[in-house]
Amino acid sequence: MQQDLEQMQKEAEEAALSAADSRSLYEAKTKFLGRTGLVTALLKGMKDLAAEARPAFGKKVNELREKLEAKFAACESALKAKELRQKLAEERVDVTMPGRKGKKGTLHPVTRIKNQLVDIFAGMGFEIYEGPEIESDYYNFTALNTPADHPARDMQDTFYLSEEFLLRTQTSAGQIRYMEKKKPPFKMLSPGKVFRSDEDATHSPMFHQMEGLVVDKGITLCDLQGMLNEFARTMFSETSKTRLRPSYFPFTEPSVEVDVSCASCGGKGCSLCKGTGWIEVLGAGMVNRRVLENCGIDPDEYTGFAFGMGVERIAMLKYGINNIKLMTENDVRFLEQFKD
Amino acid sequence: MIVPFSWLKDYVDIDISAEELQEKLFSCGFEVEELTYLGKDVTGVAVGEILSCEKHPDADRLTVCKVNCGAYGEKQICTAATNVFVGAKVPCALDGATVLHEGGVQKIKTGKLRGVLSDGMFCSGEELGINDDYYEGAEVNGILILDASVTAGEDIRKIVGIDDYLFDIAVTANRPDCQSIFGMAREVAAVLKKPLRAPETSYTPVNTQVKIPVSVEELALCPRYVGHYVADVVIGKSPQWLRRRLALCGLRSVSDIVDITNFVLLELGQPMHAFDRNFLQGGKIVVRRAKQGEKIVTLDEKEFTLSRENLLICDGERGVALAGIMGGLNSEIKAETREVFFEAAKFARDSVRKTSRALGQRSDSSARFEKGIDAYTCAFAMDRALHLTQKLGCGKPTCYRADTAADPAPKTIRTSFEKINALLGIEVPQEEVVAILNRLFFTTAVKGGELTVTVPLWREDVDGYPDLAEEVIRMYGYEHIKPTFLQNATVTHGGLTTAQKQESKCKNILKEEGYFEALNYSFYSPKDFDLMRLSASAPERKAVKILNPIGEDLSVMRTFLAPSMLGNIVRNVRRGNDSGKLFELANVYRAEELPLRELPEERKHLVLGIWGEGDFFDLKGAVEAFAQAFELKLKFAAGERPFLHPGITAIVYAGEKEAGYLGELHPEIAEELALEKKVCLAELDYTLLEKKFAKDIRYHHLPKFPDVQRDLAVVVKEEVTCAELEDCILRACKAVKRAELFDVYRSAQVGAGKKSVAFRLTFSPEEKAEKPLTPETTEAFFRKIVGNLGHNLGAELR
Repeated sequence: MQQDLEQMQKEAEEAALSAADSRSLYEAKTKFLGRTGLVTALLKGMKDLAAEARPAFGKKVNELREKLEAKFAACESALKAKELRQKLAEERVDVTMPGRKGKKGTLHPVTRIKNQLVDIFAGMGFEIYEGPEIESDYYNFTALNTPADHPARDMQDTFYLSEEFLLRTQTSAGQIRYMEKKKPPFKMLSPGKVFRSDEDATHSPMFHQMEGLVVDKGITLCDLQGMLNEFARTMFSETSKTRLRPSYFPFTEPSVEVDVSCASCGGKGCSLCKGTGWIEVLGAGMVNRRVLENCGIDPDEYTGFAFGMGVERIAMLKYGINNIKLMTENDVRFLEQFKD
Repeated sequence: MIVPFSWLKDYVDIDISAEELQEKLFSCGFEVEELTYLGKDVTGVAVGEILSCEKHPDADRLTVCKVNCGAYGEKQICTAATNVFVGAKVPCALDGATVLHEGGVQKIKTGKLRGVLSDGMFCSGEELGINDDYYEGAEVNGILILDASVTAGEDIRKIVGIDDYLFDIAVTANRPDCQSIFGMAREVAAVLKKPLRAPETSYTPVNTQVKIPVSVEELALCPRYVGHYVADVVIGKSPQWLRRRLALCGLRSVSDIVDITNFVLLELGQPMHAFDRNFLQGGKIVVRRAKQGEKIVTLDEKEFTLSRENLLICDGERGVALAGIMGGLNSEIKAETREVFFEAAKFARDSVRKTSRALGQRSDSSARFEKGIDAYTCAFAMDRALHLTQKLGCGKPTCYRADTAADPAPKTIRTSFEKINALLGIEVPQEEVVAILNRLFFTTAVKGGELTVTVPLWREDVDGYPDLAEEVIRMYGYEHIKPTFLQNATVTHGGLTTAQKQESKCKNILKEEGYFEALNYSFYSPKDFDLMRLSASAPERKAVKILNPIGEDLSVMRTFLAPSMLGNIVRNVRRGNDSGKLFELANVYRAEELPLRELPEERKHLVLGIWGEGDFFDLKGAVEAFAQAFELKLKFAAGERPFLHPGITAIVYAGEKEAGYLGELHPEIAEELALEKKVCLAELDYTLLEKKFAKDIRYHHLPKFPDVQRDLAVVVKEEVTCAELEDCILRACKAVKRAELFDVYRSAQVGAGKKSVAFRLTFSPEEKAEKPLTPETTEAFFRKIVGNLGHNLGAELR
């Protein structure tokens, strides 16, 4: 019996060591240690032994079993490690091949600039308000101190839909709607589409404006320039400055044109700024007393300023776009350039 | 507006250069759009005195002249001109000179003509860019013969009046008083701190018995009408100085009386008209609305049929001038005119504008009336015209004047230095404020900090202290403004509203899905409706029309966005961009009734388009990604749109409401537009969906027991839809949380006209369940589902 046991141990160990993969190892293991395996059969054959010999034999068989189980376990982990190495080697790739790119879209340059402007002014406490694109004559002109016979109406070629309704020519129309609902103090920014009967390389019958309005006690022209300096620094460059010069809008008094120092040449003069060092960016002014009165705000108590700029114009300046038409052609080769 | 530098100098002693003046004007609110030196193309041309003329030895037509060119010495010039003679003084272009030639600039060089040396060239008026109005004789055929008094060697530009600058000035709409040379001179005097010389207006009237009464029926349209009778008129030619002034501003001389009216228009900005009194029937002037259908022929011999909207100047019988626009042919000044009735009036700006637009008739007069003429200048200009008439000796101003109003009373503004400074935010010294206002002809009375200002009569734009603040700062200088960052302002809360943030999120989602954002005009062509195969009664055809569109192509407001998107795709394909994905989020305009009686509804639509890559299901994936981001439950059902493929069109529902469509472009339209690649379009009513966007995140308790998944494959007839199967599964068993389609399979084995459809079912135990789902329960659910599918849809388990 002792010999049988030794023989079996030898055979089993050989089988374990010679198994080439986990499957043949498993088969060998089952052959010896399985439910119907050879070692189990030894235990079952114990009933043929004398009763006093049984404990000693049983002990020996169990020792053998433990030994074999340890052996098989060791072989198994060695095999697994080997197999893993093989698998990893097979899975090797050429890491220098180009990566796969997810195709993303883009936001329109006008949306990008609009978002930037909103960020700048929202940070200064401006609420964002959007008025209707089709407006009545009252909101677009009359309430903005531009009555029917006012020559300023000639400054803009208006698209009319009827005697009373028109496509708004300026986001300033939103000023009135906002002020009718809101009591000062407030800061409001109104972005949106505006329409003028005009078409060439720098004019489009539809474009976007961004109107800003601040009404509070003790607001001055100095505050207007201070805030616009902040805007210019954030939008264009850290060193940007603004310059005010007299102009005219019916809804502001005094009115100014605001030039920003040319970011391309730093104010020295270049082709972009036509040698002047300045680029005309927006119109602004102190809110006309009549406009405040039209909205039920006491102009003796409150003053304010308003400013308005063309979003396309800023996008063209910032991105170097030379023709406004590109904005509405929607050529994907144009649009895909405005990646985040 | 054109302002000659030399003319400005009549009123102000300007001791700075034209370029420096340009800067000064810019700083006080007048942008010089163009500054032109008139003589820039005529250089190196001097006066030459012809000493001798001899025939060219080898050319019959050429003459060889010896010329004294003063400091330039004696020169020899060969010329083909026949009007030269010994002793004549002529413009002589010397070696290196430039002159005008056939619209360009020509360089003159010393050369030989048929073997004889010529040091340059004699010039005609045309080569100097001038006509008779600049210099008498400029238009003769041949060389310009100069006046005998000029000196040899002098620069020709100084002699013929082109040593001058023209300022083209942009005048803002609030400053009609600056639509004239004298008006600009007032500003120049103020900005240069120089005295202003007003034009002379004195004249000595002669007595007359003649009366030409003026009556105005429409006071609102004609607040002032000044008329004056001039007797003993002898029509002639204007003197050179006057003709030159007109020529500098681009007007041709007509006759002295007419020239005077044009001169006063340019000088003072007041349009004037001269009637031949002999042709004023009934001896009176009536200013009234035209009768419907009444006709008038204007000076340029155009006939107009008028309406009640048009203001007409009439004599006792008929219309003699279109108010503010142009005189009538029937009473024009002719060579034999002996009596003149001058008109200087103020007509309402919108009346002139409307008439001018309606008739398509514009003039220098109408342009000024549209911007606004002040009532004061009417009488001032009349005096000036009479002064000039007397000075030129072309007529005798009489004592008869008709004036329907007096000079207006001056406006007074009571304010304080504090108020002005409070608006500006800086302290402008009191004496500076007063000095600036006075330089601009405002009279001031100061009492402590109080300031009372009388506004000059021509400044109708000024009516409050902010206007005064503007006058002060534009002269004091905007560089004095010290930027402050809202130092007195209240802190306010800013930012986007929820709706605005959601819009931004929507765009970002589509961007992540690979779509480029498009931007289109809010209007398109009514023909787009035909292209889209819309029926005559389709609601999309009920579009708001623009009364004055740029063209038919851009004449109706968008009622849906698909035509623009399709247009974008066509443009891209034609440019060789074979594939792409675009989206646009924009308003459509839906009118309750047309023509508009109230503001139309503006609804946001979201349109998506893909071409050349992907199909219906790729586009649907993007729509679903959008829906998922806002937790929208959208349903898709087969449907139709006239512009979409009838078999590949889904109508999108949000709850019971139709929220849009999704489909492949109709092959017929694709063919018409030569689109070879597949095009798919989707359009959603964003305004409708926005209301259904998930508000806040709401936490659901975690289930106590895990979900159980099981796959189900059934064979059904082709016409059974995925949605029907899913719906049936969900109805059959409440425990099914999700039923996701993962395979559709067709084969001979499955059978003709049939398909095998596989779903992955996810069962969830009830929230309050005490134990996990057992295999037995799941099996029972499964059998029930199979049973229902079989019963309702004829499905067989595979």
